[in-house]
Amino acid sequence: MHIPDGFINIPTSAGFGAAALGGIWYSIRRAAQLLDDRRIPLAGLVAAFVFAAQMINFPVAAGTSGHLLGGVLAAVLVGPWLGALVLTVVLVVQGFFFADGGLSALGLNVFNMALLGTLGGYLIYRGLLALLPKNRTGTLIATGVAAGLSVPIAAFAFVLEYAIGGEGGAGLGTVAAAMGGVHLLIGIGEGLITALVVGAVLSTRPDLVAAAPKVEVMAHG
Amino acid sequence: MDRRLWLFLGIGLLVALLVAGVLSGFASGEPDGLERVSVDEGFDEAAADHALANSPLADYAVEGVEDDRLSTGLAGVIGVVATLALSVSLFYGIRLYGKARRGKEAA
Repeated sequence: MHIPDGFINIPTSAGFGAAALGGIWYSIRRAAQLLDDRRIPLAGLVAAFVFAAQMINFPVAAGTSGHLLGGVLAAVLVGPWLGALVLTVVLVVQGFFFADGGLSALGLNVFNMALLGTLGGYLIYRGLLALLPKNRTGTLIATGVAAGLSVPIAAFAFVLEYAIGGEGGAGLGTVAAAMGGVHLLIGIGEGLITALVVGAVLSTRPDLVAAAPKVEVMAHG
Repeated sequence: MDRRLWLFLGIGLLVALLVAGVLSGFASGEPDGLERVSVDEGFDEAAADHALANSPLADYAVEGVEDDRLSTGLAGVIGVVATLALSVSLFYGIRLYGKARRGKEAA
């Protein structure tokens, strides 16, 4: 879902870039309150893992693929604010080292995937967890569904940006329908992979899952 | 920090390196969701070339390495190491900033 240069005009890209900078700065302020010795290497590992996982495109429909975004994965493992920063680092590395995601579109991509996808997905995770049993199964269902929904959320942020400053003259309704449909499918993969990875960490080191419901999950871990 | 945590982190890093270094060579080469939509809806022509399209690691391939899987895998390993180094540096910086802020509030 990395937007290349040219899809969204420069004023719109700059506006979302400014919003992304504000979001990054707020995330830094919040993350600074809880970073400790243990969380720094763990968050670094999550960033490295998300980068690796994003290289693995899986087929979702004829002639279309998708890959993990990893925002909810990062948020559940290291918390939402650090998670948003983890995704930001991944997007910066991809844009500047691997020419993946346009540089003028970097703010758009950070806004959609690192901020909206991660924080929006995390809010859904907290909401679902409040309704579900606070055990391993409940945690993994909340994780998977929230991760799955974070993909169409990020896709609809693109539709909004295309509505404001899209180039190429495509109709908004068909772009919205096409983006929604394909990213719901990619979201299924996102949900399954995220639940699998969080499940593996819960099985080995439940204390390292920052957003797990502490008492119950740890008691069974 | 306890040794078991370092073991966990080491195994996690190994998994990331294997995913980026080996599994990446078997990933689908089909266009992703947004690329597909841009082609189907006819706005793919609006895409401009990436400003760094000629960089030695562009498109997850190492310049000069002919074998596709090896080239992608090497690029993946470089990316994992770069992401780890950049994120850990950033998070140490943020921790120092947090400590400085707390110090000021306490004073």
